[in-house]
Amino acid sequence: MTVTIDRGSTTAPASGLTVLGWIHRNLFPDWRQGLLTVAVIWALWQTLPGLIGWLFLDAVWRGDRDDCVAASGACWAFVNARWGQFIYGFYPPELRWRVNLSMLALVATIAVLFIPRLPHKGWVITGSFIALPVVSFVLLHGGILGLEVVQTDRWGGFMLTLVVAVAGMLGALPIGILMALGRRSNMPAIRVFCVTFIELFRAVPLITVLFMASVMLPLFMPQGFAMDKLLRALIGVALFNGALMAEVVRGGLQSIPRGQFEAATASGMGYWKMMLFIILPQALRTVIPGLVNTYVAIIKDTTLVLIIGLFDLLGIVQAGVSSSDWLAPSVTISGYVFAGFGFWLLCFGLSRYSMHLEDRLNAGRRR
Amino acid sequence: MADRADIIRIEGLNKWFGQFHVLRDINLTVGAGEKIVICGPSGSGKSTLIRCINQLETHQVGTITIEGKEIHAEMKNIEALRAQVGMVFQNFNLYPHLSVLDNLTLAQVWVHRVPRREAEDRARHYLERVHIPDQAEKFPGQLSGGQQQRVAIARALCTKPQIMLFDEPTSALDPEMIKEVLDVMIELAEEGMTMVCVTHEMGFARKVANRVVFMDDGRIVEEAGPEEFFLDPQTDRGRMFLSQVLDH
Repeated sequence: MTVTIDRGSTTAPASGLTVLGWIHRNLFPDWRQGLLTVAVIWALWQTLPGLIGWLFLDAVWRGDRDDCVAASGACWAFVNARWGQFIYGFYPPELRWRVNLSMLALVATIAVLFIPRLPHKGWVITGSFIALPVVSFVLLHGGILGLEVVQTDRWGGFMLTLVVAVAGMLGALPIGILMALGRRSNMPAIRVFCVTFIELFRAVPLITVLFMASVMLPLFMPQGFAMDKLLRALIGVALFNGALMAEVVRGGLQSIPRGQFEAATASGMGYWKMMLFIILPQALRTVIPGLVNTYVAIIKDTTLVLIIGLFDLLGIVQAGVSSSDWLAPSVTISGYVFAGFGFWLLCFGLSRYSMHLEDRLNAGRRR
Repeated sequence: MADRADIIRIEGLNKWFGQFHVLRDINLTVGAGEKIVICGPSGSGKSTLIRCINQLETHQVGTITIEGKEIHAEMKNIEALRAQVGMVFQNFNLYPHLSVLDNLTLAQVWVHRVPRREAEDRARHYLERVHIPDQAEKFPGQLSGGQQQRVAIARALCTKPQIMLFDEPTSALDPEMIKEVLDVMIELAEEGMTMVCVTHEMGFARKVANRVVFMDDGRIVEEAGPEEFFLDPQTDRGRMFLSQVLDH
């Protein structure tokens, strides 16, 4: 392993640094750091073997409940046996290709974001993010183009988590932007409406919003007007997170110097052109960390739909571990670890993307 | 009175910021192709006055007429009017997230509906005129202050305005960059552009101004040709201001 610590010409190049030299410099530069190193190594020594053993070496990969009870490790056999349910919920097995196809559409949409140079990239991205929910709805729900209808009460698992998360994200951003703009509007009616909306939704827990959407809303709706339960939940999630996002976006708007508004106004742009081309691009990129924070929260909050009887990834794992044919402590733990890993994967991917995005945007405006 | 060639007519203009009376009974006409320099101590209302001309600030009393059309805050097509008036700011106000080229083409494409290819040709043409043809792909943050201000001038020229407003264009610049910006402004003046400049650059005023307008305390105190004003100011306040500006 070669180690170079050449940072410009101000420091002499550390040529011929040996492995021992590297260890000395990085792990034992003085007695306090050395003590910390020893402590960390000891802690790893105590925990890692057990963890690896539980996760992999002693784990049961195939078999049934009895095999898991007999073993001392994780029970991946359970995840294996319920894999289809965890991913697709109660979606009819013969129609799962439609779920796969819509996941593919999601991946393709995300892939567009990573194409470095694309003519009219902004429009292509906007277009694909508008098309994605439409295509996904047609694929998942069916009912047209000769696709058999699959009611939303059969949706579940990882797929439902994705549906709620993606719909929440796609809905929350435009709502947040409009509410943030409205809160800064000169028109009193619009401002009051936006402030009321934001403060109302921000001040209640998401559970309350979901409960309202699920239980209370149907009572207020006119007779014979039924709205799908999932759709109501999606609207609730989008509105709730839109209110949170509005305040993040408002922070970005406030960071834009007055001169930018004046320059845009002086060049003859109206309000919307100024916002679209000058203000929002700058405001949004300054609040990327805050936006991603809200997005990560959306992903994790999808688990709350369990409260209104929808089975997302966590919900369906929970149902699985309490079914009589898999009742065992190691099964329960394995199930939750699997669900946690699923959520971690989504959130980690998102935060990596935001880092990539910040790097790319900052590269454009070196100062 | 109504001279056909008057491109800007300001009559009885009054403006308040809250209780503060910032502009008092301003009367000013600018003929097509004229160069007006507005000077005066800070807080005298000179920036506010030119910002009223494109309605970045709205006035409460009086009329402003541009090419025979009266303008005011509630008018419908205020954007169309602003599009005829180019403005250069003290702090450049370039769009930091866009390349120089995009800074120059944005208003052309989205306000004036110029086809993109033509807008880019025009942008490069004006970049050449402000002597920075090779910076088109860079971002504003990568340019010096003088270069940024010249880009800002090119950006304002791209939409072919009838009038150019300059709001202390050299005040935020290091001394060695002031000249490169003034040179561009002088060239522009020589080509016959109508210009209203708030500036303390007395050399520039002497060279290009048809008239110097001296403001103090929200009023126009003196209005004269540059030689008359600089050599023989008629008011005490004018004399005092000049002695402070010129004596060092």
